[in-house]
Amino acid sequence: MLHIKCPHCGMRSQNEFSYGGDASVKRPELNKEITDEEWDNFVYNRKSLRGKHLELWQHLSGCRQWIKVERDTATHEIFNTYKAEEEIS
Amino acid sequence: MSQNFRLENGGLINRNKKLSFKFNGKKYFGYEGDTLASALIANGVHLVGRSFKYHRPRGFFGAGVDEPYAMVQLYRNNETEPNVKATEQELFEGLEAKSVNCWPSVNFDIGAINNFLKIFLPAGFYYKTFMWPKSFWYRVYEPFIRKAAGLGVVSTKHDKERYEHKYEYCDLLIAGSGPSGLASAYAAAKNGARVILAEDKPRFGGSLLTSDVNIGNQSGDDWANSIISELKQMPNVVVKNRSQVFGYYDHNMLVMSEKVSDHLPKTKKYHPKQRLWYIRAKEVLISSGSIERPLVFGNNDTPGVMLSSAAKEYLKVYGVLVGKNPLVFTNNDSGYETAIEFKKNGINPIILDSRVNPKSEIIDEAINLGIKIQFSYVVIAAQGYKKVRSADIAKISDDKKKLGAIENIKCDCICVSGFWTPTIHLASQSGNKTKFKEEIDAFVPGKSKQNETTLGAANGVFTLEETLQSSFIAGQDLSKKITNNDNKISLPNVVEKKSSQHDKFWCVPMPEGKNYKRFLDFQNDVAVSDIEIALKEGYRSIEHVKRYTTLGMATDQGKTSNLNGLQLVSDIENKVIPAVGHTTFRPPYTPISIGAIVGREVGKHSKPTRKSPMHSWHKNNNAVFVDAGVWLRPRYYKQGKETLFEASKREAKNVRTNVGVCDVTTLGKIDIKGPDAAEFLNRVYTNAWLKLPVGKARYGVMLREDGIVMDDGTTTRISENHYHMTTTTAQAANVLSHLEYYLQLVWPELNVNVVSTTEQWAGAAIAGPKSRKLLEKLFPYNDVSNEALPFMGYMEADLFGVKARIFRISFSGELAYEVNVKSDNGNFMWEKIIELGQEFELQPYGTEALSTLRIEMGHVAGSELDGRTISYDTSLEGLISKKKDFIGKRSLNREAFTSSDRQKIVGVVPLDKKTSIPEGSHLVKDAKAPLPNKKLGHISASCWSVEYDNPFSLAILKDGKNMIGEKLFVMSPLKNKVIPVEIVSSHYVDPKGERVRS
Repeated sequence: MLHIKCPHCGMRSQNEFSYGGDASVKRPELNKEITDEEWDNFVYNRKSLRGKHLELWQHLSGCRQWIKVERDTATHEIFNTYKAEEEIS
Repeated sequence: MSQNFRLENGGLINRNKKLSFKFNGKKYFGYEGDTLASALIANGVHLVGRSFKYHRPRGFFGAGVDEPYAMVQLYRNNETEPNVKATEQELFEGLEAKSVNCWPSVNFDIGAINNFLKIFLPAGFYYKTFMWPKSFWYRVYEPFIRKAAGLGVVSTKHDKERYEHKYEYCDLLIAGSGPSGLASAYAAAKNGARVILAEDKPRFGGSLLTSDVNIGNQSGDDWANSIISELKQMPNVVVKNRSQVFGYYDHNMLVMSEKVSDHLPKTKKYHPKQRLWYIRAKEVLISSGSIERPLVFGNNDTPGVMLSSAAKEYLKVYGVLVGKNPLVFTNNDSGYETAIEFKKNGINPIILDSRVNPKSEIIDEAINLGIKIQFSYVVIAAQGYKKVRSADIAKISDDKKKLGAIENIKCDCICVSGFWTPTIHLASQSGNKTKFKEEIDAFVPGKSKQNETTLGAANGVFTLEETLQSSFIAGQDLSKKITNNDNKISLPNVVEKKSSQHDKFWCVPMPEGKNYKRFLDFQNDVAVSDIEIALKEGYRSIEHVKRYTTLGMATDQGKTSNLNGLQLVSDIENKVIPAVGHTTFRPPYTPISIGAIVGREVGKHSKPTRKSPMHSWHKNNNAVFVDAGVWLRPRYYKQGKETLFEASKREAKNVRTNVGVCDVTTLGKIDIKGPDAAEFLNRVYTNAWLKLPVGKARYGVMLREDGIVMDDGTTTRISENHYHMTTTTAQAANVLSHLEYYLQLVWPELNVNVVSTTEQWAGAAIAGPKSRKLLEKLFPYNDVSNEALPFMGYMEADLFGVKARIFRISFSGELAYEVNVKSDNGNFMWEKIIELGQEFELQPYGTEALSTLRIEMGHVAGSELDGRTISYDTSLEGLISKKKDFIGKRSLNREAFTSSDRQKIVGVVPLDKKTSIPEGSHLVKDAKAPLPNKKLGHISASCWSVEYDNPFSLAILKDGKNMIGEKLFVMSPLKNKVIPVEIVSSHYVDPKGERVRS
């Protein structure tokens, strides 16, 4: 079971969180004209990366905040976690 | 019956407490502190089971967790447990056990005919033989294999024992209490670290209990005892015996199974049988020791052939002789230790050593004791069927290829030692890439992957002094990192005998003209010849060889067989062992009971049960409950001998003619507050929300980004910046997460807060033509007229001093209201409604009537919003705003979503107006068409229309828009029904929606 550092609550076990997918995907702005391909990429197309991956988790049974987790998908190593609004360099 | 093989004294058992037990129906005696295995051997019983494939007689091979043979069916306190290792099961008064995998008895086993058919049962036999004819698999082969295979019998009774889970955090978890575990635990504990020390056996000390060593002027086991008693006194240390750390998972989480009560005749009151510990450790010290390797020779599975370390353990711990005429066959010095123990107890062993002319302290000691030793000698085959009676032995050439003349010597057991295999399972599970250590011919852990450190024999270190030294240092260093304390422990004086180099020889060549089975894997009956066949047939990867031959599989997971299997593959393939590699070590290290894994989450504890504040009223009024998500809801209120069908019809009919009340507390409720709340709702729902006035409710539909309907419900504007959203019972949690996702991640600029208020409000739906009259009685101080509270209106009202919210919304299609009060007042509200409703012939109604009412009105619910439908399919496209953007809108112009013959919701009525239509049935054009009959749609919900008194269903039907009036067939192969039906509008009752506005 992973041990995830919630930036709001501290180290917590994985079973307090729910997984939310790729955190690098950005929703197209409302009312913006975009191509079918761009929309498809947003809704469906995800890379299944092996290695470092930025992903979303929600601290569901805790503070209910969505957070970003930088995790290695092969080794499960977690490098860093960020608040939702935090800029990632 | 006397214990003929028990020594007069010695051992760590309690001779003052005699215990009686039964094995295969026969009564025996043992002592407190025995295992079932040691007690049986003390009574001279060596035949305990039959092997998996050939049903060959099986005895004892080990003395602990590595045991491949001696599994029994255990009976304890009216429960039975299969495949219990006799070597691990502690004896208790009244224990009963039976052999497994034999019929009719262990002495006469019909399956043993396989042993004579063994030339027909080679590796991959099942794969090769049972392939054809195909139709035979289910009818003939599989039932036969199932009957013949398997070991013990699983109880089909409910397990009444209690199993617990425990979560624990510590600085250092130490797995194994041998010399390295004790030393590192002691050093870390002295440094103030929080330590958990786990030992799988009942006694602490590991190899110290059986080896002839001295630490600080104490014997090994005295030293172990003194360290353990000191550790037990320390508040920062948890010491656990009967506790197996069996899995090393991510982020240093380890799982340990503690057998709290298995050694007792009966679990004590308030105690669990077993406890599963989830331990998150900062550092993990693996001191799991090593397991002796077998030597491979003919018939090496005969009862009486066992590991020399096991024979020594039976002697030293249990005071039991495994034989009175022992032969020790070894390729290293360990066999000598066992022989010396025999000699000290008045038994004369013979040692066969495969080495040419080894020299060491311990060999000298054996010679001085007058033990007969034959160098360059090997056992070719054990003789005897149910027990070793003699051994064929021969001299072996220095290159280990040629055998001399075969001699036969009498013996009643053969103790084998093929050197030691470090127990690297936990390290490997942590992700450690193991490396092959040439000097010991075995794998040891490589670079640490997680925070694990492997010590002592598990790390391939077989001398006590080095083990203690490195373990003290590891305990100190790792704890210092955590506690910043630096207490040094000085190494006590260690006295041990120095060993000489072991022999790489492990497998005795087959003498000419002989055809013995030489077993590698004792549990699965995998012999040298099976591996040879697998390689001949082209299997190369060790993982494939394992699966084809079953080498190293089943409950012992190859603890004694893995390395010999690798040696053989590398010999045949002419590779070095590291090039062959080893199979993956996966948790659990040893079998764990399902009960322990499940823990307390059984029966009603498997999920939370949520009840509305009115639950006890429902219960007292004959409600029959149904699971709705995690909630319990009244399905119907039973009157007399009514069936579900009759009751729901009565309740629904009463709503249509008088008035009914339904508990709607379970609906999801979300409070939405903030200046941007209207804008947020406008983005979440498909329809327009900016202009909803205060005091009004609106129905809304929300989509996922892929355009599929996610949920529906009404949202009410309570005040300027305050909205009250309702969701379906099932989707409540998902909708909240969905809203939080958009507020926190996508549109953080919106000033809005959301919070679940589902449990804060108790809800009652009052529905029916007389509902307004009832409302007037309930709220005498408020104006609830059609003008003051129109359809989709909202008001705050006074329910005899209790603040209430009234929403004029309707799921039933009748004139209806939903009244909410704070949960604490739920019962008061409900009882008031029931009391004042009497004069209007009010009846409570359950979910079944609720469904009937919504189905015949054509209102959609979860069975239509099933994650596959879009707004159009459920006739909710009228709620899609063309003027604004919202979640999922961009997906709606997908080609499939806009096709002209897209599926749509319709009503379905059987032509005979009598036959009920099963939910989930398919709609087809031609009932007699050949299979596969083209499916046009499916029945999503069915009811008995109380308005028209005939069956009515909703369906999602291809091109439903143009199908009204068509005649189709409903087919339900499951119920074996074909029903001719007519397609009608989904709005079966009051299609203009006049009643809700009346």
